[in-house]
Amino acid sequence: MTTHRPSAFAENVPGALADDQLQQALGNIKQGFVAKRARAAGDLPEFEALRDHARDIKDHTLNHLDAYLERYESRVHAQGGQVHWCPTGEDARRAVVDICTRVGAERCTKGKSMVAEEIGLGDALSAAGVTPVETDLGEYILQLRGEPPSHIIAPAIHLNRDQIAEDFRRAHLTLPPQRALDTARALVDEARGTLREHYLAADVGITGANLLVAETGQSVIVTNEGNGDLTQNLPRVHIVVASLEKVVPTLEDASTILRVLARSATGQEVTVYTTFSAGPRRPDDPDGPEEFHVVLLDNGRTGMLGTEFQEMLRCIKCGACMNHCPVYTAVGGHAYGATYVGPMGAVLTPALQGVEEAGHLPNASTFCGRCEAVCPVRIPLPGLMRRWREREFERHLTPLPVRSGLRVWAFAALRPRLYRLAMRAPLRVLGWLGRRRGRFGWLPLASGWTNHRELPAPAGRSFMDRWRAEGRDDT
Amino acid sequence: MSEGRQRILGGIRRALRRGPLDAEAVAGVDRRLSEPPRGPLPGRAQTDHTALFRRMAEGASATVAPLETWDDIPAAVAAYLRDRNAPTQVCLAPHPELTGLPWAESAPTLTVNDGPPSGATAVGIARGHTGVAETGTLFLHSGPDGPTTLNFLPEFHIVALRAGELVGVYEDAWDRLRADDGWVPRTVNMITGPSRTADIEQTLQLGAHGPRALHILLVADGHG
Repeated sequence: MTTHRPSAFAENVPGALADDQLQQALGNIKQGFVAKRARAAGDLPEFEALRDHARDIKDHTLNHLDAYLERYESRVHAQGGQVHWCPTGEDARRAVVDICTRVGAERCTKGKSMVAEEIGLGDALSAAGVTPVETDLGEYILQLRGEPPSHIIAPAIHLNRDQIAEDFRRAHLTLPPQRALDTARALVDEARGTLREHYLAADVGITGANLLVAETGQSVIVTNEGNGDLTQNLPRVHIVVASLEKVVPTLEDASTILRVLARSATGQEVTVYTTFSAGPRRPDDPDGPEEFHVVLLDNGRTGMLGTEFQEMLRCIKCGACMNHCPVYTAVGGHAYGATYVGPMGAVLTPALQGVEEAGHLPNASTFCGRCEAVCPVRIPLPGLMRRWREREFERHLTPLPVRSGLRVWAFAALRPRLYRLAMRAPLRVLGWLGRRRGRFGWLPLASGWTNHRELPAPAGRSFMDRWRAEGRDDT
Repeated sequence: MSEGRQRILGGIRRALRRGPLDAEAVAGVDRRLSEPPRGPLPGRAQTDHTALFRRMAEGASATVAPLETWDDIPAAVAAYLRDRNAPTQVCLAPHPELTGLPWAESAPTLTVNDGPPSGATAVGIARGHTGVAETGTLFLHSGPDGPTTLNFLPEFHIVALRAGELVGVYEDAWDRLRADDGWVPRTVNMITGPSRTADIEQTLQLGAHGPRALHILLVADGHG
């Protein structure tokens, strides 16, 4: 079992690497998300231009964030909805609980929302006596298991069908115990039947938002299941929980972002359902909620504006960075011990929870650059992780042996002659020692490496030495 | 004015090292909202809209039935449901173009009502507003003629659309919607294919919470 805090990353990793079932599930990502994204991007010649434009839209909006939020709010008001400005997670939890209490809600359904995870909304509602039923299939399964999501768009990606069947047998006690649950189809049908009753009985429906449109006061959700729509249209009250950087100016801007979102996330041309909601039902509407609330969350985001981390606020939460990350696909999401995982989580979590708690996460990177290469809004994720490492170093949070080692290395690296001279003898010795096997299974002071893998033996002479001896005249 | 609102807006301005936007910047923001610039558009939408719409919708597991005239709808619905051994109780959106069709004469096997849909509604027929060729996407919106839940509760979701209502890209659909009375409606639904999930072992299953099938009746009516 993993420990759910970012500082436990290093202790969570060995368990994740040894978990065969998890490793098998993570193996599916390559043929799934990665291959599908590549195909979808290749099928749209304008994809790269759309990524540039999506980046520019987000940059423009962030630099005028106050103005667009004010205009968004005035449109929501004009349509009979309410905006609740919440500087902290505590403010947002209280806003949602207060609405539920005021309308006497007993039952509540909830669509998928990473912001709700971030602020622990489910626990706050349970404490207030209005336990929300998660309606996204993956989230529903995790709710039965009492686990956090392990991926921002495929929350139950770490589970297999046998585990899910077991959970369903444990939770759905009114169904015949002998029923067959050995196929994904049977599991989906059982969840469909069970959740249908919850949708129809709920007093309040809570959704997240993928976008907020300033022009129209609409909040936008994208789903493939249709759960978000049943969640927000059947109950009397619809509450949208959204972080403030989700706002975009216009429907044209939303269209650009939607074009890169689904392709980057699942490799679909577009998600099955993209829904734009504005205010409560109109007087002559046959259905829809009577109340519409937007709980607008800051929770540390405005603190990133105007800093080197502002670019992180462009994130549209597609998950492409984690699907392409060699670290994420080796250890899965739970090892990160945080709501946001993978490269985007490694940048966002220290900003939200502090570098003391989450400083480990930006270190969990090979700096291979694939995350930046696929990011639909071109966030320089490796560069931002490097900034966090610098901050960790500056604040003396890095362990002493690492700090002194780096200091010695830096001293030598700034003096190339000394560096070459100092390297010459060890390279020769190591090259000679490893001449037969070409690699080492054990070396003094290097057990951190050699305990888990072998170290390739150096060639014996450095590149600079060979260059001096033979390379120079070969041009 | 709430304290939270002040704190957030003040925090944004402090972080961006400025006060409220100056008049020129405000005018820029308002102009961007009133005359929205378009981004790069998929060139694929410059081909024949009907063929592209059909190919993309079918690629998303929807089915498309091309019809000659609007009055062909009842018989086409009856045939579609019969072929799938589907229930014959049909819930219509209370749209005059649907309720005004000769259901009893042309589709006597069906039981038709236009009441609000319920959890037990098996077949729902809605009137689409616009179809977008670039991804085979239907745009529907809420209003007296269009209950939103009809798009999600039934097992079979059937949408009637005229070929003349097809456009190339999402931006064209927004322009059509903006021109309507009652813009902005409570809900605009972009729908591309039937409901699905891949939450179990990343294997695709249709019919997660919403319809298991999406059938589009595309009426030529002189177009295409």
